[in-house]
Amino acid sequence: MSEELEPDFDVIVVGAGIAGCVTAYRLAQAGRSVVLIERGEAPGSKNLSGGVLYSRVMEEVFPGFLAQAPVERRITRNYVQFLNATSSVGIDYADERLGDPVNAVTVLRARLDAWLGEQCEEAGVFLMPGVRVDEVLRAGGEAGPVVGVRAGEDELRARVVVAADGVNSFLSRAAGLRAKEPENHLAIGVKAVVTLGEERVRERFHLGQDDGVAYAVVGDCTLGVGGGGFLYTNRDSVSIGVVLRLDDLMARGLESSVVFDHFLAHPFVAPFLAGGEVSEYASHLVAEGGIAMLGEIATDGLVVVGDAAGLTLNTGLTVRGMDLAAASGIAAAAGIEAALESGDVSKAGLGGYREALMASFAGRDMVTYAKAPAFLERPRMYAEYGQVLADVLYGAFDHDLTPRKHLVALARGVVKKSGVRMRDLVSDAIAGVRAL
Amino acid sequence: MSIPERLAANRYETDEEQSHIHVDQDLARSTGTGERIIAVCPAKVYAREADGTISVEYAACFECGACLAVAAPGALEWHYPRGGMGIQLREG
Ligand SMILES: Cc1cc2nc3c(=O)[nH]c(=O)nc-3n(C[C@H](O)[C@H](O)[C@H](O)COP(=O)(O)OP(=O)(O)OC[C@H]3O[C@@H](n4cnc5c(N)ncnc54)[C@H](O)[C@@H]3O)c2cc1C
Ligand code: SF4
Repeated sequence: MSEELEPDFDVIVVGAGIAGCVTAYRLAQAGRSVVLIERGEAPGSKNLSGGVLYSRVMEEVFPGFLAQAPVERRITRNYVQFLNATSSVGIDYADERLGDPVNAVTVLRARLDAWLGEQCEEAGVFLMPGVRVDEVLRAGGEAGPVVGVRAGEDELRARVVVAADGVNSFLSRAAGLRAKEPENHLAIGVKAVVTLGEERVRERFHLGQDDGVAYAVVGDCTLGVGGGGFLYTNRDSVSIGVVLRLDDLMARGLESSVVFDHFLAHPFVAPFLAGGEVSEYASHLVAEGGIAMLGEIATDGLVVVGDAAGLTLNTGLTVRGMDLAAASGIAAAAGIEAALESGDVSKAGLGGYREALMASFAGRDMVTYAKAPAFLERPRMYAEYGQVLADVLYGAFDHDLTPRKHLVALARGVVKKSGVRMRDLVSDAIAGVRAL
Repeated sequence: MSIPERLAANRYETDEEQSHIHVDQDLARSTGTGERIIAVCPAKVYAREADGTISVEYAACFECGACLAVAAPGALEWHYPRGGMGIQLREG
């Protein structure tokens, strides 16, 4: 039936997130006819991230990105914060080198993705917002090559379809590339944007004009659920939220909103938000499986990019997905271009995508952090260790008129009392060094 | 700040004609899916009614897909709202 019909476009990209926009932009630049279909009323209206974008890869695709794109603040200060119920211990890492050249910036996706969509249109991409793709079209039955998509009554055909439809990727599931993800591969991110005003943000966080801070928080902030909290500064607001591994959240029978509220009310966090207005409250899934989640990323006539391909890294201190989405878009565009050039858009013909992806920083980082997901499933990270740190420091700073002990002896005593077995501590430390 | 107050700051284009979420009440009960989706949903879309069934306030949904991820097969029918409908983030 459908195979005799001429394609309407060289490429159909489904999803105008970072992965889809970068793929579409690159292919349009190469002179291909590209349609970019987005279910939201505009690109970005469905998208959410914590907000720290490692931006160098964006400069590669869009020269002048930092000057032109709607970025919030450049991150020059990183805090790692262990929170306990009544204490907290933090590492404060500030470095001017992080600002020059700029390494990471905060972004708000509704603004960033809208800008990316505009860049695509300027490059000649035909943008179709407000359209939900319902399924892929195949030539000659169930197992035939993908030749297009159906959205409601409309069918569109192309030589190659790109599934850039995010972590839930119904498209790659329908194409048989993904099964339902196990719960330990997924986390729910619950986030609010709290508007404080530009001056208050700068004063409260001691920031220069364009500088920003990122707090990565572990421990009591999630009531012990595997995951963590984050707080990032935007120009006049903060992005604040928790990331909670679904298997652990369910096992503990906790409500995600209760954990979120607990984090915001914590004495360490609440003062940062005082006087602010919640301007948005939403949630999104995070792909946490690491490289184990990266399955097949191409089949006949179709490739998968970004979150849809499971390309996210949680290293405990950072969630990275946006830069990996961009990198997969670059690799996919190269692979598709080569396939169109040779006239072979079969899975084999599209094989250049996987090669380019695995050769890029994104593929290499996925391999480097292969053990991170399993490491982060070790429960002690979220409960005991923050308390151990606080107890050691309490022993050092609390002068209760008993004779002082050397730090090593103090630490040994604290670990013993905490119930953490030395064997587990050593094993966690070794696993941590190997995984991260 | 309560969840309804927080939701009031969000912008929605609610699809008045059709819900994108349907719960199979029998399966939700027998598989424990009811409890799980009530717990996982930060928008409080799901609630247990006095008669034991799960009600669905679909207009509040963030479209994250977490409920589908924790639901037993068949207990929850969930897809994205029609194009242009549902939550419209202004920050993200
Ligand atoms: C709480 C949280 C914190 C995070 N923090 C960070 C961080 O600090 N730094 C970082 O780098 N990453 C972070 N991430 C990860 C990052 O957000 C994702 O990896 C990134 O958004 C992936 O981009 P994408 O383009 O692949 O997918 P998405 O941004 O999800 O884009 C998918 C697009 O496809 C569209 N779509 C889906 N289905 C259809 C359909 N059927 N028809 C038409 N359109 C469709 C959607 O509307 C959407 O526009 C975080 C994620 C979360 C949830
Ligand atoms: S998709 Fe997310 S916000 Fe919507 S009902 Fe499910 S869990 Fe709640």
